[in-house]
Parts: sequence; structure tokens; C-alpha cells
Amino acid sequence: MDGWLPIIVMILLGAAFAGAGVLASQFLGPKNPTPEKLAPYECGVPPVGDARERMSVKFYLVAMIFLLFDIEVAFLYPWALALRQLGWVGYFQILVFFALLLSGFIYVWRKGVLDWGSEERI
Amino acid sequence: MIDMVVIPVFKMLVVITAVLSAVAYMVLLERKVQAWVQVRLGPMRVGPHGVLQPIADVLKLITKEDVRPASADRFLFTLAPILVVVPALIVFAVVPFGTSTTMFGKEISLYITDLDIGLLYIVSVASIGLYGLILGGWASNSKYPLLSSLRASAQIVSYEVAVTMTLVSLIVTAGSLSLVEIVKAQEAHGVWYVFIQPVAFVIFVIGALAETNRAPFDLPEAEQELVGGFHTEYSGMRFALFFLAEYTNMIVVSAVGVTMFLGGWLAPFSSVSWLAWLGLVPGWVWFSLKTFLLLSLFLWIRATLPRYRYDQLMRLGWKVLIPLALVNLAVSAVLKVLL
Amino acid sequence: MTTNRDTATSAFDTDELVINMGPQHPSTHGVLRLVLRLDGERVIDMDVVIGYLHRGVEKLTEQRDYTQIVLLTDRMDYVAAASNNLGYVETVEKLMSLEVPKRAQYIRTVLAELQRIASHLVWLGTHAMDIGAVTVFLYCLRERELVLDLFEEYCGARLTYNAMRVGGLPMDLSTGWEAKVRAFCDLLPGKIDDYETLLTNNRIWLERTKDVGVISGADATAIGLTGPALRASGVRRDVRKDEPYAAYKDFDFEVPLGTRGDTYDRYTVRLIEMRQSVRIVQQALDGMPDGPVMGKVPRLIKPPAGETYHAIESPKGELGYFIVSDGQSLSPYRLRVRPPSLCNLQALPQLARGHLVADVVALIGTIDIVLGEVDR
Repeated sequence: MDGWLPIIVMILLGAAFAGAGVLASQFLGPKNPTPEKLAPYECGVPPVGDARERMSVKFYLVAMIFLLFDIEVAFLYPWALALRQLGWVGYFQILVFFALLLSGFIYVWRKGVLDWGSEERI
Repeated sequence: MIDMVVIPVFKMLVVITAVLSAVAYMVLLERKVQAWVQVRLGPMRVGPHGVLQPIADVLKLITKEDVRPASADRFLFTLAPILVVVPALIVFAVVPFGTSTTMFGKEISLYITDLDIGLLYIVSVASIGLYGLILGGWASNSKYPLLSSLRASAQIVSYEVAVTMTLVSLIVTAGSLSLVEIVKAQEAHGVWYVFIQPVAFVIFVIGALAETNRAPFDLPEAEQELVGGFHTEYSGMRFALFFLAEYTNMIVVSAVGVTMFLGGWLAPFSSVSWLAWLGLVPGWVWFSLKTFLLLSLFLWIRATLPRYRYDQLMRLGWKVLIPLALVNLAVSAVLKVLL
Repeated sequence: MTTNRDTATSAFDTDELVINMGPQHPSTHGVLRLVLRLDGERVIDMDVVIGYLHRGVEKLTEQRDYTQIVLLTDRMDYVAAASNNLGYVETVEKLMSLEVPKRAQYIRTVLAELQRIASHLVWLGTHAMDIGAVTVFLYCLRERELVLDLFEEYCGARLTYNAMRVGGLPMDLSTGWEAKVRAFCDLLPGKIDDYETLLTNNRIWLERTKDVGVISGADATAIGLTGPALRASGVRRDVRKDEPYAAYKDFDFEVPLGTRGDTYDRYTVRLIEMRQSVRIVQQALDGMPDGPVMGKVPRLIKPPAGETYHAIESPKGELGYFIVSDGQSLSPYRLRVRPPSLCNLQALPQLARGHLVADVVALIGTIDIVLGEVDR
């Protein structure tokens, strides 16, 4: 745990600063709520429907691809550190790992998950 | 007692205060630089040449009415800005501003802590802020903030992959995850990593712009499209925290970039004998100077370029930067094994 | 899209997001309201809601005499007031068959072309700002300021000029004005080069504008597009050339045409138009005749009974006035305006369908609307 204690203190300090700021503004600022002021902003007209609707599936797909890639990168950290010792064996092992992931990446690419454009015009 | 408690806490307070004032003046600098590019003067009223503007801004924000929309989620609406700002601040715990200095007869290191997995820490902590953005957009229960927080999250995760890959290729070169060690490795190599890894540096800078939502990738807060972005519904101090976090993040990525690529606290031209006197300047001065230069690049880019569109941004991230980063990583690994 | 889907798949469908863009929105160029239906970020369809700036200008004209109406026309397209003045006074002159002195015609042409430059500068600035290039906006307004100075020196006003009268002009040029216009004409092309440095070959700008909002010449004609937006689709239609008014037939200028009809073409067409306007102004100053600036006009302007339509090429497109006079009253029986902004706005849903939200903003900019003229 050496070296981590300061970070915990840092988190506490940061949270204290942010919390104190919000709290201070509660006391210092005026409070005149009106129904119009408390309505969500939608360019000056009453909002239509609820904002929390189901979002386009594209966003979830990106999130999932990101997860895969980020886990891949997480594997890369220890590998990158130990590369000298692992030598060519380690290099080719990670290359195989890469190839597997890349094939997935190419599949996703060809499937058009990465295309957000206006190509398919309605 | 003094070594264990007083000095570390003192260092933390110095760092936090320095970062916060740097952010405040960063805003002023940005407005001034933008103004100069655009043949204007920028803030001129508060103090000579507007130097007191940040203080006036802070006072104004803290005494503003803090409006929370009636349909918003009470708890998350307050949690979101805090969740954004805390990770941005605590990243500085591992950034080395210099090696060490002697103060009151004591050797004091110019970093709060030197984690042996410092880089991993930065990457992970920086991602936490993303939750704040999503929660803020969702808690507002308003369409523009929600749309923009979705944009923000998709954009940030896309570029995060590319950025972390460039960082991995740097780890391959440096052989360490500790930021202090990485700078020392650059000292030992006798060359900054920007010259060894130029491709990685370019990817890093582009990714940094995208991850901090800066122009030309400032889509989540593109006011011409989405009004205010994910903080449309925020006002007063809670809005200020989002703002603070954004600028802190800019300083964070610049500081990390300087540490990783531009030799951290090292003086430039160390091999040129007649410029050896540059080494007399304290390391933290060099560090601040380089960070400042990288930040100025951000401002310059903002004043010059139009904004990317969403699909183009995703395409650049996934189809250009990530493959490029992968190739760069493979090449650096080959070189590392060979040499 | 929402109909006839079975319940099994509808559980996994995403909802369309209905979102209001405007009337209070930074980039709808005023109080335009768009009701967008979005799938993620893609626009499925949109409704354009107008009328937030309706002041009943057309009805008001029935209560004003013909001279007072000039003042109302200022307030329609308020970034191109001189063009509005010109269109109106020429229509009344046509109705009354009045002769306008040559010098007045030339000065009117100079004013109209300076106005076109000013209007296009506002357009370019706001369009670029909508796409995120804020600096261009400031640069454009800097040069527009010079045009406003010229107008101020001519007629005393900077925005709503009231600069023309039926039968001519209220006043002659002040001494030294022509030299200042010439200086501006020498300055502007270099400044346009500056804007082009920032935009024309900028990759982000190209990606944001090329192939965005493509409309074919046939579609554009069918929908009633006029002005630069029509010419960018390759249709050669310019009232200045086709039905010359004021002094345009005396001058040599080109009408730029686009090929693809996308946002980029509309951008280049307008930039070339600015350069051509400079040419026209220079030619008009070179050939400026002497003489009076006011023709023989009766003290009371009372056109004979009848009706007429007359159009000019305003910066935004074909600006037409249709006036019916009953021959007895001092006000028109009916005055109807064909505002180019309104007609061009009709193309917006077609341009935007299938594009992303960010493109909607670019497209509002590219058709160049002024809400004062749309709603009147």
C-alpha cells in the first residue's frame, strides 16, 4: 500500500473541495424557483415526451467494442513491461492475440458498426 | 511526523491550489488568445487587461442561483459534477513536476507519490470522469444534455483506445509504468520520446483533444448544435465544477503528454555543450513551460479549425487512429526486441 | 417506420427522439423552430415551424402611403435593407411608369452590390461559426463593418437604411464617398482570400460541406429555390442577367455556377459572387454619370389602378414585390412580397433528411435565411 495513502487523501481533499463549493453556493446564491425556471430546456417550447427514451443501438455497440479493446490494452500493459525478457516468443504470442482481435475488428468494420455517416439516406 | 504527514499534505494543498489557479487563468488565457487571433481585445474591464477576470468569474459563479430542474434526479444531479472534478484533480498525485528540491534543509520530492503503475493509474482514473458526464446528462432529464452525454461517452471511449495504445508503445520503449521512471529513462536515452515515437505523439495529441472535448472535437458541447452540451441544465457552482474539470483535464493531458513525450522536467538541449546553462533552471520551471506550450497549442487549434461531425470523428478514431496506433505498437515492440 | 412491425421486434426497437430545435437556439439564425425526429443522431424527418417574428408587414403597408412603406421594407431582410428598398421602389416606379435618372440607377446598383457583399459576409461568418470556425465570423464582421460605415456615410443609418425613394434617391453622394468605396473594393478581395485560407482547403471544412445537402437542379427549381442556392445546383438563373433592372445591363460580370449542388458549392458560389460584386461596384464608379438623383415625381404618389410584379436579385435570391393599386388611395390595395428566404427555407427538410443533427445546422446556414424576411 506504499504510495497509495496520499492518493486516498487526495480523493478526500478533492471531494471536500467540490462538496464545499456546491454547499457554499447553496447558502450564497439566491433561491427564486419558478415553474418555468425548473422546466428542462428545450429551446423555449414545452418539451415533447420524456428525454429518457431508448437510444440508438449504435451507442451500445461502441460501448461493447470499447470494452473488448480496453481489455486487450489491459493485457498489453504487463506484456509491454516484460517484453525484453519475453523476447521473440512473447512478441509472437501477442501477435497471435492481436490477430484474433483484429479479425473481430475487421468483422465489426465490415458490418458497418463503425459507420455513423449519412450514407444510407432514407 | 513531519515527513509522514505535514510535507505530503502541504504538497497536496500546493498542487490543488496551483491547479485551480492555473485553471482560472487558463480560462482568461483562452479568452485572450482567442481574442487576439480574432482581432479583438478580450476581457479588459476587471483589473488591468482583465487580469482579475477569473476572480470575478469565481465570485459570480458561487453567488449564482443553483437551479435544479424539477424533473431531474436529485442525487445524481449533484453527484455528477463532483464525480467529474475529483478524478481530474487526483491525477496530479502521480505527475512528477520535477525530481526533488531542498527546502529548510530537507530533501523534498516534487511529486506527491510515485506509483510503480502510475500510467495505469492515470488512464483508469481519467476514465472515471466519464461517468460524471453520462450521469450529468442523464440526471438532467432533458434531451439536449442526454444526447450530448451520449456523444461524449462514445467519443471519449473511442479515442481512449487509441490513446492508451500509444501509451503502451511508450511503455515498451521506456520499460516502466512509473512516470518518474519514464522521465528518467528519457534522460538515460538522452533524447525525448517525441523524437523516438513521433507517430505516437501525433496520435496522442489528437486523442487528447478528443478526450478533453476540445475543438475540433468539441462535439459534446457544440453549442451551435446542442445548445450547451451535457451541462445545459446546470448553473452556478455545479456548472462551475464541470467547467473546472474540463480545463483541469486539459492541463492533465498536457502534463501527461509532457511527461511521456517531452521529457518532463528535463532541460532541453542537454547534449549541446554551450547550452548547458539551461540545466541550471529548475526542473519544475521547464515542466510548467512545456505544459504551457502544449496548452497553447490547444488554444491555437481551437481558434483555427472548424468542428468535426460525429460520424467523421468516429471514423477518424476507429478507422485511422486505432489501426495506426496498433501498427506503431507492433513496430516499437519489434525494435525493442531487436535492440 | 413505426407502423406494421410485430410485437416481437418492437421490444428491441429504439425510440425516435422528437426534439425541438429552436425557436430559442443559438444556430437557427433567429426564431426558426425545427421539430426534428431523430434516430440516434440521424434526422428522419423534420417540421419547420415559422411565424415567431411575424409583424404583419404586408398588412401594415395597406395603412401607409407609398413613401412610408420604404421604411417597412428595411425591416424584412434586415441584413440586406438596401436590396429590399430597391425592389420596392422599382416596383412602384414600374407601376407608375416613372423615369429614374441614370445617376440614381448607378448609385442604386452600387448600394445594392455593397449590400450583397455585406449580406454574404454575414452569411459566411454565421455559416462558418455554425460549423465551428469562430474566427472566420469575427473576420467577416470586421469587413462588414466597413460596408456599414459606407452606408452610414451615405444615408446616416447602419442597418435600416431607408435609402431609396420612389423615382430616385433622397440625396446625392457626399464628396469623397466614391474614393472610400474604391478603397474598400481594393481591400476586399484580399480579405476574401484570407477567409479562403481558413476554409476552402481545410479538410474538416471540406468534410463538413462536400456532399452535404445535395439538391439537383431540377429539384431545386421545382421547390422554388432561387439565388446562390439555385445556382450552386447548376441552374443559370439570375434576375440581374435575365431581367436586368437598375443599371445592371451596363456592367460586365459573371454568374458563378456550381456543379454538384452541395453545401460546398453554395459556399464557393457565394464567395465568387462577392468578388463579382466588387467588379460591378468598380465598373459603376468608373462610369458614374452626372445629373440629378431624383426624377420627376408627383408630390403625392398615387399609382394608377392596376397591378404589377417586379423582382430583383437580392443577396438571398429572387425578391419579388406584387403591388395592387386601386388608383384612388395613397396606400396599396395589397402588397405581397415574394421573400427568397421563405421560398428557400422550403428546401430544408428535403436537404436534411438522412443527415445528422450537425448537418442540420450547416444546412440552415447554407440556404441563408433571415427570419425577418421569412415571417415578415
